Amino acid sequence: MSTVDSEGDAEDLRSRVREFLREHDHTVMEPLDFLRARFDAGLAWVHFPAGLGGIGAPRAAQAVVDAEFEAAGAPDNNPRRIGIGLGMAAPTILQFGTEEQQRRFLRPLWTGEEVWCQLFSEPGAGSDLAALGTRAVRDGSDWVVEGQKVWTSGAHVARWAILVTRTDPEVPKHQGMTYFVCDMTAPGVEVRPLRQITGEAEFNEVFLNGVRIPDAQRLGEIGDGWRVAQATLMNERVAIGGRPTPREGGMVGVVAQTWRERPELRTPELHDRLLRLWVEAEAARLAGDRLRQQLAVGRPGPEGSAMKLAFARLSQELSALEVELLGEEGLRYDDWTLRRPDLVDFTGREAGYRYLRAKGNSIEGGTSEVLRNIIAERVLGLPTEPRADKDVAWKDLPR
Amino acid sequence: MEGPPAMTGTPDLLYSDVETDLRASVRDLLTDHGDPAALLARVESGEPYDLKLWRTLAGDLGAAGLLVPESLGGQGASARETALVLEELGRGLAPVPFLGSAVLATCALLHTDTTQQPVAELLGRLASGAAIGCLAVPLSAMPGTGFPTGVRATAEGRLTGRIGTVADATVAETLVVPAAGPDGAGLYLVETRAAGVTVAEAVPLDLTRRLADVTLEDAPARRVAGQDTAAAAVRAALLAGAALLASEQLGLAQWCLDETVAYVKQRYQFGRPVGSFQAVKHRLAEVYLHLVSARAAARAAADTLARDDTDLPVTAAVAQAYCAPAAVHAAEECIQLHGGIGMTWEHPAHLYLKRAKADELALGTPAKHRRILAGLVDLPG
Ligand SMILES: Cc1cc2nc3c(=O)[nH]c(=O)nc-3n(C[C@H](O)[C@H](O)[C@H](O)COP(=O)(O)OP(=O)(O)OC[C@H]3O[C@@H](n4cnc5c(N)ncnc54)[C@H](O)[C@@H]3O)c2cc1C
Repeated sequence: MSTVDSEGDAEDLRSRVREFLREHDHTVMEPLDFLRARFDAGLAWVHFPAGLGGIGAPRAAQAVVDAEFEAAGAPDNNPRRIGIGLGMAAPTILQFGTEEQQRRFLRPLWTGEEVWCQLFSEPGAGSDLAALGTRAVRDGSDWVVEGQKVWTSGAHVARWAILVTRTDPEVPKHQGMTYFVCDMTAPGVEVRPLRQITGEAEFNEVFLNGVRIPDAQRLGEIGDGWRVAQATLMNERVAIGGRPTPREGGMVGVVAQTWRERPELRTPELHDRLLRLWVEAEAARLAGDRLRQQLAVGRPGPEGSAMKLAFARLSQELSALEVELLGEEGLRYDDWTLRRPDLVDFTGREAGYRYLRAKGNSIEGGTSEVLRNIIAERVLGLPTEPRADKDVAWKDLPR
Repeated sequence: MEGPPAMTGTPDLLYSDVETDLRASVRDLLTDHGDPAALLARVESGEPYDLKLWRTLAGDLGAAGLLVPESLGGQGASARETALVLEELGRGLAPVPFLGSAVLATCALLHTDTTQQPVAELLGRLASGAAIGCLAVPLSAMPGTGFPTGVRATAEGRLTGRIGTVADATVAETLVVPAAGPDGAGLYLVETRAAGVTVAEAVPLDLTRRLADVTLEDAPARRVAGQDTAAAAVRAALLAGAALLASEQLGLAQWCLDETVAYVKQRYQFGRPVGSFQAVKHRLAEVYLHLVSARAAARAAADTLARDDTDLPVTAAVAQAYCAPAAVHAAEECIQLHGGIGMTWEHPAHLYLKRAKADELALGTPAKHRRILAGLVDLPG
């Protein structure tokens, strides 16, 4: 099926990429120069406006362009490493940023020169993000920020952060928040590795001690931070659409391959579990395809949250099965060294790592419980949770 | 190491505009034809099938002939539209012989030489709804498990044998019977009125799809496929049946979810709608999650069947292995979350559970489909 309005449009895009490739020979250019040129030609995220890395094409056109560059063997911007920037910072900056902010941030974000992180969660505000207490106080043309963030993925490699703060504690929690872009090299920003279940430190604690943020780095209106943050989180869920995966792409393929290569490990009980999970993974993969097809024809459905739930469960059950399948070997772990990786690499590590890291899939980006609430309330229309905190000033909330 | 077969093309998993229109027509018709209370009264009456509805579905909407080419009197549509009709029939639990006649018997005949006059004529009559047919195999028959040999045929074309739990046989005029003849496998047409044919209604778990035990004692028959095509025709019919049944399961599950959501919103306990309790919300979110994947799996099976794609055995097995338990789960949650009312005869939920459970056994259980899949995707036991 065609992913853009017509096959003709797709062909236009392909020839545009081919022409770009004729003028920019990636086999001789520096990868970074090549990526900058690709951005300037509007072939980065083609649904963005001209001048900001795009040509205002439909969102679905991206797949056509990416496939064409991939087929040519052109360098990519390592989208997994810059996932937070691509999936969350960029669309938020596009929606709420000033033109000056857009011109400053979007290009190095897309090329991967500048990595982004997300300073949302706090020790006292995870699922309930609107409870956050990191203070930002106006001081002339700057804001002065005090507080602590936690579980911040990639803060140790990030150049910039999207940051939500409390600017008015006197009003209920969903009001009185303000959203900023924070310079991670600014004085007062302290990043400490937070060692996690796998032994490595992919996320961090971030202390903000008197950090000065110029008002020019505010995204959206003062006090409107919740709305901006909502847009960010919405984009986080859309981002799972991503690229189509082939059959057995992902965790199921890893386990299936072990099964094929190691007949001595097979038992009837594990066989049936594997087949059940294979079926679930295939159905979920098709559901992802269906979601993308809906997006491509401009009829996005609410299935995204369900997909994230399905993915979390599958990766946990499959990685658990893999450890059991390995039997005695499953007792060993590859490496407990405290490392600070700049991206999560499920396949670069062994089964025990996958099993432990997958535990985060039902917590990061919204827990499975919170997603079930969202599905029940926004998709099925069930009554919302009773809210004790709606009309209470933030400063008077129990915590 | 081999690995699974790659898909030959990404299936089109959406509903076309034509399909959406068809859905609306079928749904309107089913709504006009009676509510769940009428359905309940009917299944206990002497006329458990609504043949008037069947004739309207077949005559006005052409639903029975979707798979049949126009040259043979059908609509020349495809498995995609057929799947859509099944979704709606599953949603309404319509008591009509669609699966037996318009899917199983029709598919088997379409895989024989359709230039034969009796085949062409019968296909035309099945397509228009003028006749009802059924494939004489147990409803539990599984695609890919060999040719049924319970019935023997003589050289003169007389059949003897017994086939249990044949779906829709109680209302069929013509049986399409796989039988072992002197020259090997064959497919035969048998008129249910003929001497030597007994169709004994069985007491079915699923009240809305009737079953019968068929006994043939030297019954006259006409052979329409021989050794080279009969086994393939039966296999193709069962495979198509399994692929399409997933859509019925999807429609059924959707009804269960919609009905339960509506109920828990208006049922109050402890001073709140039951649906405001998180334990209930989360269970319904889980049903929804299954539906999202079930819809994709059912659509993939229908689309690969429509395109005659070589991936069909995989998509059909995935669809059955996924959608059958998803439908049972939805129906079980429907009963549980309705509380006492869900356990009563008056509330239609039990009819849905009965259909869901019977559908899980129909055309291969999920476990059997997983076994088949193991071979297809190179995951041996
Ligand atoms: C690997 C990883 C990476 C992360 N990266 C980042 C990052 O880069 N930036 C960032 O800002 N944050 C990040 N997070 C934080 C993540 O967003 C939070 O952990 C998450 O939102 C949950 O918040 P919490 O940990 O405070 O748990 P809590 O909200 O305290 O939840 C505790 C338990 O209660 C349940 N619960 C909470 N509220 C409800 C409710 N209303 N109904 C039912 N159950 C409920 C939860 O589901 C959970 O089981 C990351 C987390 C992980 C695990």
